[in-house]
Amino acid sequence: MTTLMAILIGTFYAAAIYMMLRRSVVKLVIGLILLSNAANLLIFTVAGMDRGIPPLIPKGELLIEGPAADPLAQAVILTSIVIGFGVLAFAVVLIHRACEVVQTDDMNEMKGTD
Amino acid sequence: MLIAVLSCFILACFAPWLHRLGGRHSGWLLALLPASLFAYFASMLPLVSQGHSLQFAYAWFPGMGIQLSFLVDGLSLLFALLITGIGFFILAYGGRYLEKHKDLGRFFVFLLGFMGSMLGVVLSDNLISLFVFWELTTVTSFMLIGFNHEQEDARKKAHQGLMITVMGGLALMTGFIMLGMAAGSYELSTILYSDGLTEHALYLPMLLLILLGAFTKSAQAPFHFWLPNAMAAPTPVSAYLHSATMVKAGVYLLARLNPGLGGTDTWLLMLTLFGALTMLTGIFLASRATGVKKVLAYSTVMALGTLTMLLGLGTETAALAAVTFLLAHALYKGALFMVAGILDHSAGVKDFTQAGGLRHSMPKTTVVAVLASLSLAGIIPLFGFVGKELLLEAVLSASNWHIGLTIATVIANILVVLVAAIVALKPWFGAVVDTPKKPHDPDIALLIGPAVLATLGLLFGLMPFIADKGLLAAAAGAVYGQPIELYLALWHGINLPLMLSLSSLLLGLLLFKVWGGWRQLTNFMHSAEKIGPEVVYERLMLGMTQFAAWQTNTLQNGYLRNYLITTLGTVIIVVGWALLRVNQLELNISFQDMRVHEVAIAVLLIFSALIAVLVRSFLAAVAMLGALGFGVALLYVFFSAIDVGITQVLVETITVLLLVLVLYRLPEFRSLSSTANRIRDAIIAGMTGLLMTILILVITGARQLEGISEYFLQNSGPLGHGRNVVNVILVDFRALDTLGEVFVLALVAIGVYAMIHLRTGALPVTNSDRRAAFNLRRSQKDKAKADAKAEAEASAAASKGEE
Repeated sequence: MTTLMAILIGTFYAAAIYMMLRRSVVKLVIGLILLSNAANLLIFTVAGMDRGIPPLIPKGELLIEGPAADPLAQAVILTSIVIGFGVLAFAVVLIHRACEVVQTDDMNEMKGTD
Repeated sequence: MLIAVLSCFILACFAPWLHRLGGRHSGWLLALLPASLFAYFASMLPLVSQGHSLQFAYAWFPGMGIQLSFLVDGLSLLFALLITGIGFFILAYGGRYLEKHKDLGRFFVFLLGFMGSMLGVVLSDNLISLFVFWELTTVTSFMLIGFNHEQEDARKKAHQGLMITVMGGLALMTGFIMLGMAAGSYELSTILYSDGLTEHALYLPMLLLILLGAFTKSAQAPFHFWLPNAMAAPTPVSAYLHSATMVKAGVYLLARLNPGLGGTDTWLLMLTLFGALTMLTGIFLASRATGVKKVLAYSTVMALGTLTMLLGLGTETAALAAVTFLLAHALYKGALFMVAGILDHSAGVKDFTQAGGLRHSMPKTTVVAVLASLSLAGIIPLFGFVGKELLLEAVLSASNWHIGLTIATVIANILVVLVAAIVALKPWFGAVVDTPKKPHDPDIALLIGPAVLATLGLLFGLMPFIADKGLLAAAAGAVYGQPIELYLALWHGINLPLMLSLSSLLLGLLLFKVWGGWRQLTNFMHSAEKIGPEVVYERLMLGMTQFAAWQTNTLQNGYLRNYLITTLGTVIIVVGWALLRVNQLELNISFQDMRVHEVAIAVLLIFSALIAVLVRSFLAAVAMLGALGFGVALLYVFFSAIDVGITQVLVETITVLLLVLVLYRLPEFRSLSSTANRIRDAIIAGMTGLLMTILILVITGARQLEGISEYFLQNSGPLGHGRNVVNVILVDFRALDTLGEVFVLALVAIGVYAMIHLRTGALPVTNSDRRAAFNLRRSQKDKAKADAKAEAEASAAASKGEE
């Protein structure tokens, strides 16, 4: 399964980078979304993929019997999904605003610093 | 001891207020500190002169083995006494000299700061603290050279001095670290007496680096040019930093390290060669200059060269000659610089050609100047004579190249006599020349310093055993590495050194008679200066700024795409190279262990990503992203990450809504790039994707260390009292992280709210208006572009037609 996931993540990265290299600022946003999904899946895959053993302690016990999926990777991805959404929301509004002010969506015309 | 060094810095902090309190006499007030420090150091004389050394240590960075430790032996005590003793006179002198300057308070701050740093350099027992103080002297020197910061010239010269000494400082730091590694200790008292340093593999690089640091600081050729330029500083600074103390820091370092690093062929070659070269360069340039301070500065360069040469020889006589010459030089050169300041202050004279016959109007100053110059020329019975005899003796008895070194020294001595004669005779005797100001003897604050220093030169000359027994024997012993058995004497009988110095005296005086002719004769130097080291330095600095400008323009071009391409290209090359060379691509490929529904989802995801890239409609792309997000959520759920899956579903829903609501107002997709650009981008994107795929395949097979996840699994129940381990991690074990995350989201919310509600007046109001306006402008722009293109083609066709 890891091999398939590796191909999947590679495709995500390639698609994300290609979109981020476009001149249209809207496509940059789509690239960002793809990139954050790719990064999350990367962490998820590298931590090891196990089926049906979520890190939940059964009721009335203190420890999990037998193996469990890596909880740390899941916690990190959870954080990263939320933060990624925050960044995205901010970027989207910022880009929207910038397009209104600069009157263009072409990043070649957005390169001035003032 | 720590208090002694720090007191200078503490007083420096309060100097401006004390200056206001003290008014006209603030110089004297502040000079009380160096005076009491001088007394404190003098109280160590009895112990140190018997050959003992005192050590003081304070913990500084105990974890790194760096302590603030101080070592007082003959050499450091000699320097400490010079620094505080001359510092006393300089503060009094500077207070009067710059009496009317508006920044006098600041001057005191820098000067006291410098004094503390310099004391730190000569007293430090630890290489790291020595280096810190060393750099502090560089910084304070920069401040003092550029003291008249409203003049561009002063700023430029301060910058030059800073660049050269800081460059040397960097080399020095590297050298010190190597030295510390080789000796296994950063304590000088340990390093100097550890065996085998000279056979260590790092000996040559560390020696060269340390020498670079010492040579730049002590203005050895070819770095000598910064020192005369540093004369842009007020004269008290020149007298203190750039003749008596700071420039000798390099010499101090060489003398200090001589027992540990000296004695090898490289040491001998480097020091004597560069020392002799500097000696000749300095005195030759001094004999050609006419500016009062220039002449003195170049002759200081000569003295520094001589000291370096003597330290290179490393014999017992040379060690004694070095410390004797050093003391004599500090006394007469400090005095002469202060006299130069008096000339400027009381008569407005900055150039030897402007003055003459001042002995009538400035009799006291004349006596001091002549006394100090006689010591410079090395005439019996002054202390300079003792130093010069020892110098000649040391050179004559050198083991290698003694003929060449002797000739160089004698030539230098002839020119020194010429320079001394210029200083001693030119402004004071002969016909009276009109000076810019009405000349008069200055008041006591200005005169006492040079008078005392010049008198000491006479006293030590008549009774050399005072200096010798007191300190110089112990200092020379510290340089030589073991107690020395030689004694200073004024009269050695009629011997070869005496004959040599007599003949150089005669030749020097002869040359003084034809000074003008000598300067004419050596005029070829004017053209030589055009290819001198200073020009090389200027070129290098200019080249550096040009390179920086070019590099900034190339890399910081304002196109996000170019930044991305540069970054990704670097990553692909570096990581790819590492994967190929180090890992040899041991990929962990297996297509077993797959379920049908998982494969279906993965394939669906791959397709939706590709479609999101390829579609031309924005809404379609958003829809694809939605599908992709939910697919990823399913993957999380399949592989035991239920919380992550739930979060992903929630976030994905909001994302799609947000995109549709906000970005729907934005223009539709446009094709802006050319086909060539698309292909280039596709190649870069494809290579990045491939690299990530390979990376994952390599990483998953190469996990080496156990993670900390097991800890969380074991302790979530007992410590966190929660059954969902992921949640316990988020709100308990890593609660601060989560708190930070909450803050970030709150900030984002505020930012988003602010931007949505920020209105600029001139924009259209309704959405449809906005879209219409936007599309109108765009079509206008496109049309203008098309017009411009058509016009360009037309004009190209026209120009072709003309041909």
